Amino acid sequence: MITLGDYLVVSAILFTIGFAGVMVRRNLIIILMSLELMLNAANLSLVAFSRFRVGANGLPDYNAQVFVFFVITVAAAEVAVGLALLVALYRARQTTDVADITSLKF
Amino acid sequence: MSPFLFWIFAVLTVVFGGAVVLNRNPVASALSLVVSFLGLSALFMSLDAFFIGIIQVLVYAGAVMVLFLFIVMLLDIRVEERRRINWLAAAGGVGVAVILLIQIYVVIGHFQSARRTFPPLAASTTDDVWHIGRLLFSNYNLPFQIIGVLVLVATIGVVLLSRREPR
Repeated sequence: MITLGDYLVVSAILFTIGFAGVMVRRNLIIILMSLELMLNAANLSLVAFSRFRVGANGLPDYNAQVFVFFVITVAAAEVAVGLALLVALYRARQTTDVADITSLKF
Repeated sequence: MSPFLFWIFAVLTVVFGGAVVLNRNPVASALSLVVSFLGLSALFMSLDAFFIGIIQVLVYAGAVMVLFLFIVMLLDIRVEERRRINWLAAAGGVGVAVILLIQIYVVIGHFQSARRTFPPLAASTTDDVWHIGRLLFSNYNLPFQIIGVLVLVATIGVVLLSRREPR
């Protein structure tokens, strides 16, 4: 049988892949995609806990699913603003590589 | 859902999630992300969260991916493939990520409830959309309206950012 831990392990692996992408890759588009992977890994564990915590009426805990709804909305807004910043940056510097953007580096 | 289907979709999600990071071509990365999100949506549906699974497909595989692909096509993507990889920095980043994974794994191992299976659901006469919508418009009404303002601000911000500066 599939346990809660299986879903949590899948979620942890997915989060780690996204984290590694943010740490390793230098292309801003890929970094944004890795951020999406991390947000979705958190969503997976939220939904798993929602299904795990069945209430007295025999239904899953829908509070977690409302929270996932909010996370998805915020992630969509974040992607739109992030990609607009990327296009503005590309217009100014003709690059999407974080190694080339060092004006704010200490 | 049978364990067989769970492992198929879990492996699909993780393998294509890894392909997002490993591919050097951003178009291939974006398409891998679509497959990964479809697998994730199947996992959501295996947890009886059908509404979340469907908006996952609609919002991510539909809207967000089209946005990513548009931007990738708009910009010059050939530069990335010519760059050399800094293996030392890559090994450092992967090392930190592996340490994080080991920490989360140990925490899950010490979590007693993680070894329990999911309790059965009662046969419900209402959809989960009904329950989520009722919570959204009663208990979570204020956050819902704040989210609306946030989306409006994001829209205005995107228009301002992508406007060409008059010289």
